[in-house]
Amino acid sequence: MASKHGTGIAITLLVTAFSLAGCFKPGEAVNVSAASSLTDAIGEINVLYKLERPDVTVTASFGGSGTLQQQIENGAPVDVFISASPAQVDALQKKNLIVDNTRRDLLSNRVVLVVPADSTLGITSFNDLAGDKIKKVAIGDPGSVPAGMYARDIFSELGITDALKSRLVLAANVRQVLQYVESSNVDAGVVFLTDAKVSRAVNVVANAPDGINGKVIYPVAVINTGNDRTAAMDYEEFLFGNQAGAVFEKYGFGLVRH
Amino acid sequence: MIDTYLSPLWISLATVFTATVITFFTGIAAARWMARYEGRMRGLVDGILILPLVLPPTVVGLGLLMLFGKNGPIGQALLLFGTTVVFSWPATVITATVVSFPLMYMNARGAFEQVDASIENAARTLGAGEWRTFWSVTLPLAWPGVAAGAVMAFARALGEFGATLMLAGYIPGKTATIPLAIYFAVQDGDMNQALVLVLIVLVIVFASLAALAYFKGKNFRVISI
Repeated sequence: MASKHGTGIAITLLVTAFSLAGCFKPGEAVNVSAASSLTDAIGEINVLYKLERPDVTVTASFGGSGTLQQQIENGAPVDVFISASPAQVDALQKKNLIVDNTRRDLLSNRVVLVVPADSTLGITSFNDLAGDKIKKVAIGDPGSVPAGMYARDIFSELGITDALKSRLVLAANVRQVLQYVESSNVDAGVVFLTDAKVSRAVNVVANAPDGINGKVIYPVAVINTGNDRTAAMDYEEFLFGNQAGAVFEKYGFGLVRH
Repeated sequence: MIDTYLSPLWISLATVFTATVITFFTGIAAARWMARYEGRMRGLVDGILILPLVLPPTVVGLGLLMLFGKNGPIGQALLLFGTTVVFSWPATVITATVVSFPLMYMNARGAFEQVDASIENAARTLGAGEWRTFWSVTLPLAWPGVAAGAVMAFARALGEFGATLMLAGYIPGKTATIPLAIYFAVQDGDMNQALVLVLIVLVIVFASLAALAYFKGKNFRVISI
């Protein structure tokens, strides 16, 4: 058409067509909140899930499990929650935020002591942290980070809580602890074995006592958002499948088998 | 229990007091210098001095971390003396000073520039040296603006969070200032603790605003020689 509004009309039609195209796509969305130690594993698993279910968009956010729990309690639109310890899911269950029968134990992990790769302090055990040469130890904030809670329990079991009192640098999540150790700004840090494995700038020097390691369980649950949960439950089922299992094991997680 | 509130309060007060004193003198010195500097680099130097005010605090924090960290120039120099500033109380003072400096500097410089040059010149013709002219004439005349700068610097130092968290870290009992304590209290779901700390901050802020109002209304007479 040779009218002077021709271009404008064409552009308007094109824009409208593209916008409406989105309405016809039968897409589902699943929002996953996962503990920061799962950053790499879930990232890979979501790529695999996309191949299985191309029409489902999975959005993942990572952080300290306590922070994620709080976000959910305050109404964040989360469908699936994977916590680094049972306590956070317990709290949500008490508030009726978990869909019945969707809570399942998914993974196990181990807590370890790491030091910067270039450390010359000769730390070989948790007890060494109480020594005079150690000035700063990074752990997650015990008030909200599972890795920090486990660290606090370890110190308590070994009787070194008082010795470490003013040496603890608290972080908002376990990956931040890892970063502190990698940057050599602290002498040591308490993280999960799976975190240590993805880093090239830290060395594992000690394992947590068996009593503590046996309790490190990652539960998964579907959140009671009031919306249709089919997509969320399908995603959760995928996490227990063989493809996801292989990825978890590759990163060093233990699989909880029923 | 009281300790959880007192500890951040003491740390914040110590940090902010120290930072404000440092900012006060360095800000006045820089303002004095720049108010009379006519060189071509004027705009550039001014921009650098004001930079911490316009940059996001996390950028300031990152810059300081790169400067004072193990691989940074100042950090390596400090290592020769066997100390480090990262994750220590002095780091809270450094970050508070850096972010509050632009406020002190800008207010002081504005105040100095507003001082009637003829009065300063009169002092000089009467035989007063530069130092004396400054302390007895310029500063008293500029006082309301300088004092306002000090109060604003104090308030900014008190509220500093992002850069502090990056350089000083969160170490309860050592670097946990009130803003950091509030953040982690909320993270932990301890709303009561967070609210009490917020109230403490409000009291301090209102007190400083009252001080600001007082100083702005105050006029210093030129001290007779």
